[in-house]
Amino acid sequence: MAKELLKGNVAIAEASVRAGCRAYFGYPITPQTELLEYLSSRMIALGRVFLQAESEVAAINMVYGAACTGARVMTSSSSPGFSLMQEGLSYIAASDLPCVVVDVMRGGPGLGNILPSQGDYFQVTRSAGHGDYHPIVLAPATVQEAIDMTVLAFDLADHYRHLVILALDGLIGQMMEPAELPEWQADLPTPDWAVTGAANRAPNRITSMHLRADESEAYNQHIQRRLERIRAAEQRSIEMYTDDAELLVIGFGSAGRIAASAVEMAREDGLNVGLFRPQTLYPFPSERLAELAEQVGACLVVEMNAGQMLDDVRLAVNGRAPVEFFGRMGGAIPLPEEILDTIEMLCWSLHVVE
Amino acid sequence: MNNHNGNDRTEFVFSGFGGQGVMFVGQLLAYAAMDAGFNVTWIPSYGPEMRGGTAHCTTIVSRKPIGSPMSPRPHVAVVLNLPSFTRYEPLVREEGLLVVNSALVSLTSHRQDIQTLDIPATTIAENLGSVRAANMVLLGAALTAKPALPLAAAHSALEAHLPPQHRSLLALNHAALDAGAAVVLERL
Amino acid sequence: MIPAAELERVYERPESLTALHTNYCPGCTHGVAHRLLAEALDELDLREQTILVAPVGCAVFAYEYFNLDGCEAAHGRAPAMATGIKRLLPDRTVLTYQGDGDLASIGIAEIIHAAARGEAITTIFVNNAIYGMTGGQMAPTSLPNQRTTSSPSGRDVALTGQPLRVSEMLATLPGAAYVVRRSLHDPANIRKAKKAILTAIQVQQRGLGFSMVELLSTCPTNWGMTPADALTWVKDHMLSIYPLGDYKVSDAARELSA
Repeated sequence: MAKELLKGNVAIAEASVRAGCRAYFGYPITPQTELLEYLSSRMIALGRVFLQAESEVAAINMVYGAACTGARVMTSSSSPGFSLMQEGLSYIAASDLPCVVVDVMRGGPGLGNILPSQGDYFQVTRSAGHGDYHPIVLAPATVQEAIDMTVLAFDLADHYRHLVILALDGLIGQMMEPAELPEWQADLPTPDWAVTGAANRAPNRITSMHLRADESEAYNQHIQRRLERIRAAEQRSIEMYTDDAELLVIGFGSAGRIAASAVEMAREDGLNVGLFRPQTLYPFPSERLAELAEQVGACLVVEMNAGQMLDDVRLAVNGRAPVEFFGRMGGAIPLPEEILDTIEMLCWSLHVVE
Repeated sequence: MNNHNGNDRTEFVFSGFGGQGVMFVGQLLAYAAMDAGFNVTWIPSYGPEMRGGTAHCTTIVSRKPIGSPMSPRPHVAVVLNLPSFTRYEPLVREEGLLVVNSALVSLTSHRQDIQTLDIPATTIAENLGSVRAANMVLLGAALTAKPALPLAAAHSALEAHLPPQHRSLLALNHAALDAGAAVVLERL
Repeated sequence: MIPAAELERVYERPESLTALHTNYCPGCTHGVAHRLLAEALDELDLREQTILVAPVGCAVFAYEYFNLDGCEAAHGRAPAMATGIKRLLPDRTVLTYQGDGDLASIGIAEIIHAAARGEAITTIFVNNAIYGMTGGQMAPTSLPNQRTTSSPSGRDVALTGQPLRVSEMLATLPGAAYVVRRSLHDPANIRKAKKAILTAIQVQQRGLGFSMVELLSTCPTNWGMTPADALTWVKDHMLSIYPLGDYKVSDAARELSA
């Protein structure tokens, strides 16, 4: 299939259609609205379900209901709207339901602005709702990766019966890049746990309630065992120039691709700098990062927030190398040149220490 | 220290009123670059600032993978109205190019470190048949003065990517690209 | 001994109910409401085609008490959840069973929009004018001067407004095809309630729009009354605030209820 020039939000929408998404429920919020607008005609034309909900609260609960029928379902939102979905996300996670949620992050906190930000890292990775669980979180840095990760998100959601969040920002959502759309996926059979009417079988009941402590703890252990499997199998990352890197720059999504430019510039200047870009924010690619931390003199975390992934980096590096941070907040986009300045300063101090 | 933005990368900003085809001309350049095998990104201004007022977009054409799709200091700024001139004239990178729709912008740049082209694009487009082709006049001029891509690539992209509902404007757009190029060539 | 062949079974548990003992307090009318709904589903032969969305509140375990496919909504969101199910499975019968805190307070947006969309779901709305599960706090449906644990001197309407009449409100929406209020305080009214539930489900089956049966119910425990006194209290105090009747019966629905 030939490459097309595609906008991130639209590319995700079309990729979800081809991945077999049967229903989309959403509410307008910038900068993800093109996703909803695109699906409003596309899904109806295909005889699938599109519904503009009265709120993000309703949208996520419609997703919850639709997911109970065993169909592939999706919603999308941006930071304040994503906050409104927290309760529903927790119910979905605690009902072992697969679904895909796209968060096109914007500047916050509060009403903030509609500019690109990565300020929801804690929110999406730490639980995205109350209780002990983590969603799987995928962080694309290009339109092509947004497409590929949309398909992956549905597959992982079904495979693990788990909530998957695609976390990007307005930069990826609004940008057009050449990209290739995926093949159409065949419809999957209805899973045996779905609620479809109890014909010729005992009733299926989908609930997240466990009143007794022993039952509730057993269920929590079941979630934790699943997360252990996910951590073992699904850590994903991209590397550039890590073979001989003395300084490892670490960034995800938009910050990761901007940091890649800074690393290229540093290489042109003869500095031994490499890039590590996590593609999964949960599970965080700690294993590979821990290996790399043994080889490098220092790490530099670059984020469009006050330092959130920084915590995961520090846990993974675990003292093997010093970890520095460069961040922009509230919708400010880092320039490759300012990241390069920090890289140069750190390289200089590394050599001074030697 | 290297010049990190050498000849392998050109950053374009297009800016004007909504309805002047600013988004489309940026996208057309992106299509042309994609079809010619370049890496390319296109990103609009979005949200409240695009309601009613000035719209702008950034197209980056590069031999190498593109990191940030933003361009705080573009190599080429194509400005279709006065607010766009005021905003981008100071931001054009040194030795860059400022293309001004002089039919609607009464000011002219006094910067000595950039090349400025004052092109009465709206008038030229009107004479060709429609003021709506002013965007293509300016793109023709920009690609002639700063040949990040051959003009032929823009012509091919028009053939390949002009939306079906605008096919009737194909000949006009081709003519507008050429007219913009001709103005620049006459002045050389 | 009478030969088994001559025995006539005159009363049994509906197939749409499970044998589980409910958690409801003695004298609570939830049990009656459950039975009416289950009988209706049996009579319409819909047990195997039905999905029940349970609320948060006293009926939180409803999915266990009904012998149906079921799921458990977040507080107030049952109409949204039911919408998601119904849109994916338009030929199934989708029910929500909600109390007044769930439906009239935290979930008022979801019920209004489900009705406004004409969502082909059926809601059983159990209105007992109080929060039962959390121990008797004031609900939007509590009566003026009604004592609750969060209005210990009685509901002061100057501070908290007047009781919310949901059926009257939803009846204004074109998407609502069948919205009626019935009561469970005596056998005659219980029979009328059963008839209304049958009609509401048939309205859904025919795709005529949103349907809801509001059932005036008791909460002897949190009202601090005997079950018998609670039934009398419904008659003496609730009926005047919440008059029984058909608030919306669309022309198409009228043929069914005739």
